[in-house]
Amino acid sequence: MALLEVDDLSVTFARRGQRTVRAVDGVSFSVDAGEVVGLVGESGCGKSVTSLAIMGLLPKQPGLRVGGKAVFDGTDLLQLDDRSRRDIRGRDIAMIFQDPLSSLNPVVPIGVQVTEVLTRHRGMKGEAATKEAAQLLDRVGIPDPRRRLKEYPHQLSGGMRQRALIAMAVACQPRLLIADEPTTALDVTIQAQILELLKELVRDSGTALMMITHDLGVVAGLCDTVNVLYAGRVVETARRRPLFREPRHPYTVGLLGSVPRLDSGRGERLNPIPGSVRDVLPWPEGCAFAPRCTRRVDECVGEPPQLVLAHDGRSYRCVNPAPVPGATQAEAEDLYRATPTGDDAVAAVPTAAEPGSVPAQAVPTDPPAPPGLGSREEESS
Amino acid sequence: MSEQDVLVEVRDLKVHFPIKRGVLFDRTVGHVKAVDGVDLSIPRGKTYGLVGESGCGKSTLGRALLQLTPPTGGEVVFDGVELGKLPAGKLRALRRRMQMIFQDPLSSLDPRQNVESILTEGLQAHGIGGGRDERRKIIGETLDKVGLPRWALSRYPHEFSGGQRQRIGIARALVLGPELIVADEPVSALDVSIQAQVVNLLDELQDSLGLTYLVIAHDLAVVRHISDTVGVMYLGALVEEAPSDRLYTQPLHPYTRALMSAVPVPDPDLEDRRERILLAGDLPSPANPPSGCRFHTRCPWAQPTRCSDERPVLRDIGGSRVACHWAEQIASGELRPHEVAAQITRPTDEGEDPSVVSAPSEPGSYV
Repeated sequence: MALLEVDDLSVTFARRGQRTVRAVDGVSFSVDAGEVVGLVGESGCGKSVTSLAIMGLLPKQPGLRVGGKAVFDGTDLLQLDDRSRRDIRGRDIAMIFQDPLSSLNPVVPIGVQVTEVLTRHRGMKGEAATKEAAQLLDRVGIPDPRRRLKEYPHQLSGGMRQRALIAMAVACQPRLLIADEPTTALDVTIQAQILELLKELVRDSGTALMMITHDLGVVAGLCDTVNVLYAGRVVETARRRPLFREPRHPYTVGLLGSVPRLDSGRGERLNPIPGSVRDVLPWPEGCAFAPRCTRRVDECVGEPPQLVLAHDGRSYRCVNPAPVPGATQAEAEDLYRATPTGDDAVAAVPTAAEPGSVPAQAVPTDPPAPPGLGSREEESS
Repeated sequence: MSEQDVLVEVRDLKVHFPIKRGVLFDRTVGHVKAVDGVDLSIPRGKTYGLVGESGCGKSTLGRALLQLTPPTGGEVVFDGVELGKLPAGKLRALRRRMQMIFQDPLSSLDPRQNVESILTEGLQAHGIGGGRDERRKIIGETLDKVGLPRWALSRYPHEFSGGQRQRIGIARALVLGPELIVADEPVSALDVSIQAQVVNLLDELQDSLGLTYLVIAHDLAVVRHISDTVGVMYLGALVEEAPSDRLYTQPLHPYTRALMSAVPVPDPDLEDRRERILLAGDLPSPANPPSGCRFHTRCPWAQPTRCSDERPVLRDIGGSRVACHWAEQIASGELRPHEVAAQITRPTDEGEDPSVVSAPSEPGSYV
């Protein structure tokens, strides 16, 4: 049985006088004990909201609705009251955030912040807690841990802060670690250090890791199973190697095609995905990716594509998936069928976002989307 | 490279920022040497890529090249004219030929100006295009070049998506018909799928307009993709400069090797196979750089002689310029990497001496 089973999770934000936004729209995936699972997607695809919903960290505001199930070791996290959720949080499930400076308390020394976890969940006090905290810092590779304990977050460098945050997260040997873009704010050489540390922790302690990232390179080196999210739904799930070798969903194909690679030559053209994340169709009206998709057919519009289960645990949500090299007869027919009807469908679906008449998401009165890779919940459906 | 038509030549460029202390009387207690002696030249129509980690001075170098930050020393020669000695008026006139694209398209565009007004401002300042109609024509052509529709003119920056905003930023740079464009992290604020669109656009514009680029980025894959020559910076100085393909296939400087091995590649097979050089610790403070070779505190190949007391200069090794005393020996495998203890780096340099302590991280460990 899986350690964490997320089933049809949905998160909606409603505000008076504004459209209701479905940030997460029926996400299902599972994490086995000791497994590294990746959630990959661009800004606004709902990956961060998914993790916050599982942890129960979404701001309690009227208009927020969380549906579905997130079963961790037999208990549905979404049904728990605050008190028992606090018991689980930090002890069984811990989280590492993107920006270490804003997730650490700036006016409290590192040591106090680390021992707080130990006191709360493991009942340690005084010298014993300090000793354990120093050991934790040492374990995540912070030199001279005794001295660091007395220091404030601003006295540490970015990489060290992230290490301190990881130390706090692993303090109670959680069974599940959720890392939300843990290396996005860091330089590449520091990123390599942190990823190496996470790999070691997973290997040594058998902790399951849920890795949320936009960087396909990070996924390639770390994750066992990868879930690709688009517009609040999982569009493809696969083991790491099959996903990169033969991606089936056109969005995954597009993502892989648009990343410049270190081992490709100068001036080789990239194959970007046309349009932007704003050009989405609401899921009930068809495939959200259809407006940007190059393999679009008539069946894409009208009703949402069903999840297709393929062999060895793969699944994708597409009616006209990219062919596998050396495809079977049926798949070759699929391709043939796609070609003649493709153009009509292209004409039928809007392609570019016009500020005045953007289909689903961007209405000119919307607040501007912040640029960058951070997720923006209100943007996606 | 001397026989080529060189558009920009930078000689021994230095930008030092004073560190001030005191309330009533500002005392200068030291300098942050953001850029400390950089030589480079960019041939016309080519792209020079500048990579390095945050705080290595790459953005400052780009700004100093355009004289947006006054350099402390050295000279910048643009098309035969030395910029540092020009009077302000002449420099302003020359600015038409060198433009900049910024990282964050939203904060570098005025939210209260519509696109037309953003694009007209530069034309008016430089007195290009006689009347309103002629300016409109120039602007319309520029919009076509960057792939924005004409109706964009009356809209405001917040009405566009990130990629479209970056296109506005590029249009603003292009509208004056520049020869040199300094692009400071042009795609790092964009989503992966949008990044590729903008990278392709920059490539196309170079082909059609013969532009010269200085692209500053921390993403090595992006830089490799669009650059002819790549310079790697570490703590205010170039440590290696080579043609893009050569740099990636045969990195000579230890820092370049480490940087290259740290970039994750979206290919599981490659990721599992390749050797990773993990650097210990963080970038030292540029206010108090290490003596000798600046990289010797983190270098897995550092030698007891020369590295800590003699600052290496860039020298030619088979087409690359490398600032390392032992580049040949490292390339031939004569020198082997060893473990390096991490040193504490203070984010704010408050005078406390960095102390050397042991760290469990292992540089050169195999993944």
